[in-house]
Amino acid sequence: MPLSKDQLRRAYRQMKTIREFEERLHLEIATGDIAGFTHLYCGQEAVAVGVCEHLANDDFIVSTHRGHGHCIAKGCDVVGMMKEIYGRRDGLCKGKGGSMHIADVNVGMLGANGIVGAGAPLAVGAGVAARMDGAGKVSIAFSGDGACNQGTTFEAMNMAVVLKLPVIFVYENNHYSEHTGADYAVGSKDMTKRAAGFGMLARKADGCDFFAVYDLMTEVLQHCRSGAGPASVELDTERFFGHFEGDPQRYRGPGELERLRETRDCLKNFRATAKARKLIDLAELDAIDAQVMQLIESAVTQARAAPVPQAADVFEDVYVTY
Amino acid sequence: MPQMNMIQALNSAMDIMLTRDPSVVLMGEDIGYFGGVFRTTEGLQRKHGEHRVLDTPIAEGGIIAAAIGMGVNGLRPVAEIQFADYIYPGFDQIVSELARLRFRTAGDFFAPVTIRTPCGGGIRGGQTHSQSPEGIFTHVCGVKVAMPSNPYDAKGMLIASIEDDDPVLFFEPKRLYNGPFDGDPNKPAVPWSTHPKGEVPDGYYTVPLGKADIVRPGNDLTIVTYGTMTFVAAAAAAAMGLDAEVIDLRSMVPLDVDTICTSVKKTGRCVVAHEATRFSGFGAELVALIQEECFWNLEAPIQRVAGWDTPYPHAFEWEYFPGQARVTTALKAVMESA
Repeated sequence: MPLSKDQLRRAYRQMKTIREFEERLHLEIATGDIAGFTHLYCGQEAVAVGVCEHLANDDFIVSTHRGHGHCIAKGCDVVGMMKEIYGRRDGLCKGKGGSMHIADVNVGMLGANGIVGAGAPLAVGAGVAARMDGAGKVSIAFSGDGACNQGTTFEAMNMAVVLKLPVIFVYENNHYSEHTGADYAVGSKDMTKRAAGFGMLARKADGCDFFAVYDLMTEVLQHCRSGAGPASVELDTERFFGHFEGDPQRYRGPGELERLRETRDCLKNFRATAKARKLIDLAELDAIDAQVMQLIESAVTQARAAPVPQAADVFEDVYVTY
Repeated sequence: MPQMNMIQALNSAMDIMLTRDPSVVLMGEDIGYFGGVFRTTEGLQRKHGEHRVLDTPIAEGGIIAAAIGMGVNGLRPVAEIQFADYIYPGFDQIVSELARLRFRTAGDFFAPVTIRTPCGGGIRGGQTHSQSPEGIFTHVCGVKVAMPSNPYDAKGMLIASIEDDDPVLFFEPKRLYNGPFDGDPNKPAVPWSTHPKGEVPDGYYTVPLGKADIVRPGNDLTIVTYGTMTFVAAAAAAAMGLDAEVIDLRSMVPLDVDTICTSVKKTGRCVVAHEATRFSGFGAELVALIQEECFWNLEAPIQRVAGWDTPYPHAFEWEYFPGQARVTTALKAVMESA
């Protein structure tokens, strides 16, 4: 079924919000005001949004160290996220998690994760809970081409098949496992065939094309929500920044980033498709751009002004009971 | 004498061992083509080849397990775990295999594996890039645990670890990679080139595991520490004008009990300091041991300075980090007790 204008506007707004959130962070991190390692999602927006636009608050996602995009796409409050990254007391996780550990269970975002490969088995657990609930909920494990080589991820895929769980392993192939090429580190070079070998539905699409991701997910989600077991989706995407902010990226080829920005930008692709298929007036998208810029500006201003935690706060939340 | 920071010193140690011993093989994530996230293995794959410096997929459990298999079969693997916080997928392999191989085969097998891993906080890394898990491994019988505090020791200890027939977990306090750090993040960074321990010979030498370093001799009290806290504690004592004897353990297993106890018997007062959390931390072992050996010489209860008993937080780094203020409190308590 074609997307409604409202759906199109919303999807574009989500992608643009992620893009500008990350572009702004790239600048703010360079000032030294933000603590911690930050891994930007810029370039991969069509994946998070193409998947999460299908999900309800009570569907679960489990994210990665590159998690800002998943958080925004799943509905985390953008200002709360910015405050969290700035380490503020009223950040989404009271400043305790930071960029790599943003979570909000109220929107089904079970957490970004600083450990590569830790997420997929957690998503299996959420899948068990989803199945027991019986309402057709799903659990999504976002992983990269790096995490796909972790033993934890293999265990998770096999367990999801054995238990026939509504879990979707979304592999974002941005072609770099941290600083090492995925063509080198993924032995079979084909994550989809490997996932199929576990005995699950395994599909792939262009992760820089929102419409391709969205359409594929329609089909895969139908499979999972109907109780037919887990699935794997490999999405070919691009990382516009380094592994972390400050990464000199000496492993990239000459002109690579410029070429990716020119030819593999999912926002440009969205606009091109919208224009070619006459889906929506581009002026509407321009208006969204302006609104998003305001939102990000406001988030940064609020985050900077927000109170910092007190030292005593650190002793809270280690245990449920003391 | 050449000047090196800790990264260059570790690189030199591995370069020398790759050259001297054809059984030495490096392995880890991003260590070869890329040269390591901290540049510790920069240039080594280019110089020694892809078969001596292996780029592995992101798979810590697999890296450590493979290193054990290599070690049993005549190689001397030096595995890098990119951050100590990533070591836990390999924990079973370390505890159940690496530490016990020799014992359960009555000496038939051994695995001379060195696992290098950057550890510790003070670089605003948050909870998965700042931990100090060395104490956990001191509780595992059958692995040695070492942590250098300066470039000279780092090179000599890494060579000693690679040559050691026992497995060694080699923790590198990453806050000290580029210079000594006294716990004050607001001071300009001090490079190793201004410090005597930044003078590092180009060639082969070893610094044995199991021999503590008396960083500063003194008579008022003994500070037993290692890693980054060596500099933090020494600076706090100096600021108070105390004549402290500062002992850098260099290795926790084996532990230089003689140096510790000789010092505490002399001074009668002791502060134990580490970055790792306090409860069941390695400091607890030190305190127990010192009271067993030196009880009748003690003039005051031994004080511990440690990380707080919480996960490493994102936003409170300098409240959490056991800086000079917390050391000072402990020093005062020890000195003021009758």
